[in-house]
Amino acid sequence: MSALTPYLTVFTGRLEVTLQYRAAAFAGFITQCWFGVIRILIFAAFYAGGAHNAPMTLANAITYTWLGQAFLAFLPWNADPDVTEMVRSGAIAYERVRPVDTYAWWYMRALAWSVARVLPRAALMVAFASVLLPLVGLGEWGLPPPPTLAAAGLFALSAVGMVLLSAAITLIINVLMTAMLTDRGPNTLVAPIVNLFSGAIVPLAFFPDAVRPWLRAQPIAGLVDIPFSIYFGGLSGWAAAGAIALQFGWTAVLILIGRAWLERSLRRLVVQGG
Amino acid sequence: MNALALYGRYCATSIRGQFSYAGMLATMTFGQFFITIIEFLGVWALFKRFDHIAGWTLGEVALFYGLVSVSFAIGDTVTRGFDVFGSAFVRTGAFDRLLLRPRSLTLQLLGYELRLTRVGRMAQGAGIFAWGAAVTHFAFTPAAVAILAFAIIGGVAMFSGLFVMQATLAFWTVESLEAVNIFTYGGEAAAQYPMNVYAGWFRNFLTFVVPVGCVTYLPMLAAMGRSDPLGAPDWILPLAPLAGFAFLGVALFIWRFGVRHYTSTGS
Repeated sequence: MSALTPYLTVFTGRLEVTLQYRAAAFAGFITQCWFGVIRILIFAAFYAGGAHNAPMTLANAITYTWLGQAFLAFLPWNADPDVTEMVRSGAIAYERVRPVDTYAWWYMRALAWSVARVLPRAALMVAFASVLLPLVGLGEWGLPPPPTLAAAGLFALSAVGMVLLSAAITLIINVLMTAMLTDRGPNTLVAPIVNLFSGAIVPLAFFPDAVRPWLRAQPIAGLVDIPFSIYFGGLSGWAAAGAIALQFGWTAVLILIGRAWLERSLRRLVVQGG
Repeated sequence: MNALALYGRYCATSIRGQFSYAGMLATMTFGQFFITIIEFLGVWALFKRFDHIAGWTLGEVALFYGLVSVSFAIGDTVTRGFDVFGSAFVRTGAFDRLLLRPRSLTLQLLGYELRLTRVGRMAQGAGIFAWGAAVTHFAFTPAAVAILAFAIIGGVAMFSGLFVMQATLAFWTVESLEAVNIFTYGGEAAAQYPMNVYAGWFRNFLTFVVPVGCVTYLPMLAAMGRSDPLGAPDWILPLAPLAGFAFLGVALFIWRFGVRHYTSTGS
């Protein structure tokens, strides 16, 4: 049994458990289709009134919207609910007894949780937007494949970065929650920040030119804007490579911060209940 | 004690309960304010890139946006009991207790919680509306104010109807169905823009099936003194919020049907 075994086990265990929630996945898919349709109709109405100032074509905005809906569950809005429950019930004391690195242990849980929620939703969304819509003659409203092989490859790389970054941010929220002993405050305040700065509400390219470079450089852009812009070719070549490097760099920084902060707050933790 | 006094007592208890966690209440209320302000930043950014949407300016869209935010926030505040009905009452069997009490179920569920954190959302909606009114020189004539008040009450009725239907479904699904969010939150999101920006099928759905357009778009046009660019007759615009009450009526009718078919999950 290698040193990595417990971490792989917690990953596959949580993955399998979370994948069981098929009704939740289907409900999520329906909800995300609906919101995708609203956003796309709004984009279409804006573009119909003159698009000389738009930073991307309507087709790209549609692609971006569908990708955003397909990968919505990667947005780290909440602390990990299992960890929240541990803090609430006092079961977190057991986490301190395990002969594993708590940060890595929680990181793998968070990773499995997000991946397992995204996989079925994304598969259904691709079936809907990339297969069904073109089949019924609504191809221009659907999700096309990346334009080039290079874009596909870079997107695959950036998607890995997106998943790792998402879990790193979930861990930061976990630490906040552990320090405050409740998830409601952190969850309420983190979600809007993530929504805006990731580009989930509106692609970052639509924001005024003066702030765009700053928006692209901050860590949360790697959750949505960087991978999806790479997908449709809005970011390509060296710009894409730089963006991916930034994405992985920020992920590493957030992991280091989260790990140090978790150690600190667990040392001061007072376990409630009995 | 009559029903109204009892409802007042329920509300007072709920408010006292929430104020005993004042710090949490303040954080959550601010969070609601913050989350919706940030959503509006997205609208603002789009208007920086495009001059108008289907002929509407940012200030005008702000009026629609503010109106639906206020209606939805009030509806969400008062019908919390129906919103969490599946998980809090059906699954736990707590609904059995409500059935035993000699008071109407609707009253007891309305009294479940008066969710004060939604005040943040309401404040944001009112703020966006006020800003939109200022930049578009909206005329607050007595008629316009009356139409807006009627639209808000109709909107609260319509959104409450949605939460009642969501609760009714829980009699069969046991859990609160998340998919109903596409009509509650989705209805609110869609009505933040004037209805004529949407494709016909979507607009018809939002007018005739889930009549969110009737409690936001049509009365707002009347309050602005505009005609419907899509040709709805002028006389119908200020009366359209009646559809919200009709919708609530249908929802309560279905709810009664659900109650009659309720089988306890036991406890």
